[in-house]
Amino acid sequence: MTKTMTDVVCPFCGTLCDDLEVVVSDDGKQLKEVYNACVIGTEKFLHSQTKDRITRPRLKQPDGSWKEVSYDEAVEYTAQMLANAKKPLMYGWSSTNCEAQSVGHEIAEMAGACVDNTAAVCHGPTVIALQDIGLPSCTLGEIKNRADRILFWGCNPAHAHPRHMSRYSIYPRGFFTGKGQKSRKMIVVDPRVTDTAKLADVHLQVEQGRDYELLNAFRVALNNEWLPDVVAGIPAAKIREAADLCKNGRFGIIFFGMGVTQTLSKNHNIDEAIALTKHLNEFTKFSIMPMRGHYNVTGSGEVLGWQFGFPYSVDLTRGFARYNPGDTSSIDLLARGEVDAMFTIASDPGAHFPISCVKHIAKIPSVCIDPHQTPTSGVSKLHVPVAFVGVEVGGNAYRMDNVPIDMRKVVDPPAGMLTDEEFLTKVRDRLKQLKGKA
Amino acid sequence: MSEYIIKNGHVFDPTQGIKGDKADIAIKDGKIIKDSEVSSKAKVIDAKGKTVMAGAIEIHAHIAGPKVNLGRIYRPEDKLFTYQSTTANTRMAGGFSIPTTFKTGYEYAKMGYTTAMEAAMPPLFSRHVHEEMRDTPIIDEGAYPVFGNNWFVMEYLKNKEIENTAAYCAWLLRATKGFAIKLVNPGGTEAWGWGLNCLSVDDPVPYFDITPAEIIKGLIEANEYLGLPHSIHIHPNNLGNPGNYTTTLDTLKLSAGYKAKNKFGREQVMHLTHTQFHSYGGDTWANFESKAKEIMDFVNKAKNVTIDTGNVTLDETTTMTADGPFEHHLTELNHLKWANVDVELETAAGIVPYIYSPSISVCGIQWAIGLELALMAKDPMRCFITTDHPNAGPFTRYPRVIKWLMSNKARQDQIKAFKNSDKVVSATNIAGMDRELSLYDIAQMTRAGPAKSLGIPSMFGGLKPGMDADVVVYDFNPDKPSAPDQIEAAFSRAAHVFKSGIEVVTNGEVVNNGHKRTLWVNAKTKENPQVMRDVQEKFIKYYSVTQANYEALGHHIVPNPYAIEVDATQ
Ligand code: SF4
Ligand SMILES: [Zn+2]
Repeated sequence: MTKTMTDVVCPFCGTLCDDLEVVVSDDGKQLKEVYNACVIGTEKFLHSQTKDRITRPRLKQPDGSWKEVSYDEAVEYTAQMLANAKKPLMYGWSSTNCEAQSVGHEIAEMAGACVDNTAAVCHGPTVIALQDIGLPSCTLGEIKNRADRILFWGCNPAHAHPRHMSRYSIYPRGFFTGKGQKSRKMIVVDPRVTDTAKLADVHLQVEQGRDYELLNAFRVALNNEWLPDVVAGIPAAKIREAADLCKNGRFGIIFFGMGVTQTLSKNHNIDEAIALTKHLNEFTKFSIMPMRGHYNVTGSGEVLGWQFGFPYSVDLTRGFARYNPGDTSSIDLLARGEVDAMFTIASDPGAHFPISCVKHIAKIPSVCIDPHQTPTSGVSKLHVPVAFVGVEVGGNAYRMDNVPIDMRKVVDPPAGMLTDEEFLTKVRDRLKQLKGKA
Repeated sequence: MSEYIIKNGHVFDPTQGIKGDKADIAIKDGKIIKDSEVSSKAKVIDAKGKTVMAGAIEIHAHIAGPKVNLGRIYRPEDKLFTYQSTTANTRMAGGFSIPTTFKTGYEYAKMGYTTAMEAAMPPLFSRHVHEEMRDTPIIDEGAYPVFGNNWFVMEYLKNKEIENTAAYCAWLLRATKGFAIKLVNPGGTEAWGWGLNCLSVDDPVPYFDITPAEIIKGLIEANEYLGLPHSIHIHPNNLGNPGNYTTTLDTLKLSAGYKAKNKFGREQVMHLTHTQFHSYGGDTWANFESKAKEIMDFVNKAKNVTIDTGNVTLDETTTMTADGPFEHHLTELNHLKWANVDVELETAAGIVPYIYSPSISVCGIQWAIGLELALMAKDPMRCFITTDHPNAGPFTRYPRVIKWLMSNKARQDQIKAFKNSDKVVSATNIAGMDRELSLYDIAQMTRAGPAKSLGIPSMFGGLKPGMDADVVVYDFNPDKPSAPDQIEAAFSRAAHVFKSGIEVVTNGEVVNNGHKRTLWVNAKTKENPQVMRDVQEKFIKYYSVTQANYEALGHHIVPNPYAIEVDATQ
């Protein structure tokens, strides 16, 4: 016999779909099938079921081999590492729940650590821009119900957020958008002819790295002022046409991704995109939203925000919270060799950071908490496998529009495995003892 | 649990009519008991020459949830020079106008505030609000979900379906663990979905074919149908605009003819919040003036209305409200950074930093209006002190507001300090007002009054035996002459604060994190299959989350709930 669980939340991308159905064995130990998820979401669920999964912590030996250790030994190693370090970095957090993040922050406060999440390598520039100029935005249901102008700027939801267009932005029939896709005009700005671009009513094939100029030209067009014949590879007439299309809509939205945050001009691009959105509000209603990648990177920013007042790259080493991206951000800390212990959780800097940073991680005491084997677990001294959040344990997560959703546990983790929160709680309690606070 | 006896203090307790007489207050097992019943083991607190009051109650502040946190996140500058390091009893804490959750709890407690209400919870984000409240130590908290632009409410009220509106409100209070029915710019925020607004109570809401007046009256009726502890709590239309006092009077008049129906001792049917922002005359910023008198003439007569002030504190702060169109208007005026969040089917929110500069006459006039409202109040049990934190100023300025209200000298000094004092004086009545509020008035405006308005007078706001032992001792001797600044200093750092019988603050420092609770209202109604069908349908068609996930507020999110039960099945 099997049972079907409904309203399951997908712990993969920032779309945070919450309508999945999962078939599990009657004893709740095996996950059989996943419905409604996209391919990558389904894969995430099924991956938890692989037979060769590592279920106990492993400590790297001097000869490079791994030795299985108990969770208690792993707790001891981690707590000692944090207690002895002068400037530990606690990085990741984007693929775990808010409960684990919260315990992690207690640890960081006690240890005097730097805390950072994956915004440091994706939407950090977005945060800097919104700190400059604000952010007019909305929830995804507003898009579904009202939006008739959809811009995807430097993002490719067809691949990175596969159900975004069907659930929220292009296809659904909402309250004021009863004709679904026919109610909407879709503009894609991307130097590449992506699968998303192929669906667009208008594709502006911007020259690589010229997003700032194009955004600015949009604003000039809104004011009906002079433009050169071609801006950022796009003819002025086409820019004016697209700007008019935005202006004439009832409710529009710009979704943007790493194509604008991590290319030349970085936060200045986003500044200008937000300025454009604000400008469009003089004519109609317009919003803008970052396409957040990891399913709970938003949550990490939220919890850091209410606990310390800053959403990423938070430095607690001086006994109070400081925030100064470029100084307190992970890549910079590692590149300068300032960090003397590396704690990674629920992310993979080993795959995404510059090689010089990864080399530094390999040199210092390091722990990687992750259900998977990853490049980061490979370079770390201790790998602590844990239960899959959103599959084997529930907990809170925040969707890309900041809507909080409680994830559901659908199957048990393999016997004896700890969750992130359980492991961190043990580390916290041990660290308290080491610091003489318990 | 420990026992305490607080001896020989000057007690101010409106619930028993005690006006500064010397009395002993005894505490046992979290409650106030008769001082004759306390055992010899009780710890003695010497309050000789000090002021003793119940814990204060915050009736309206924005302290937890999505827009508060967006404010924190988008204003790193708000943390400058504010950070306090970790101590034995406290987490590190920072921020000025939008403090971190930990700091919020500590700062309220240090001032003797033991209960606070988050004034605008977007229902879709209720989980976020509760997560932040969980991380706000010491004080009990509740949150008001917003209903004034909710599609269900507007659709039911268009057809005058009060019973269905009430059933829906009860369901939403349960789903979100909410405390009261809040309205923000009724209809206007829905209009903002299209970049529009409703500036009067008769402006029709686009598409929904209903007016703000109909929404307000309908929700009064639904609220009294349910018999909730609090009345509707309204931020009316047309906030912040010169000449808006007429809209405010039109809103207040909608309460006429309604009588409170509830078992909680509440007498009002409408609470009008941050009234300062709604008491403006003139028709431009050039001839902007106070209409506090016109508003208070009405309020003083209308026994079924309570208000709070929304005092401007002359600080740099962060404005944030579910009044989306207002914040857009504000960013067009001051050109500071604008954040906005429209929330599907429910509401919106906007955020803009603001500097209330003593050099700008409008800010001085706003400062005066807030104080005038309180000074003109004939019944301090119906007019409460707020700063609409952080909109008119941070809640940490309450001691200063109390100083201004208690001391004419402090007010005159401030008037003199304004760059354009002539302009402030000519546009207001403040200069000629010599009323000085007493400590008893203050106890009414910050304790007994809000407790009664919220429908929780049996628990909070007084020192009668049987009430929760929320007790504050201020190092302030009412028998001795004092300089105005002594008032501010005493109310800033209480000598002792007890929350539910636990001493949480001693000499202005947090000594215990207490046993924080989340207050919410569980209103039971008759089964209403139609409403449940409507809910189901809206989730399937229009929401972006499933109904089951919307309703799933887990125990770990509301860790220590305290439900106030209401039976509306009869
Ligand atoms: S779109 Fe994202 S959240 Fe939705 S099912 Fe696919 S991976 Fe999961
Ligand atoms: Zn408010």
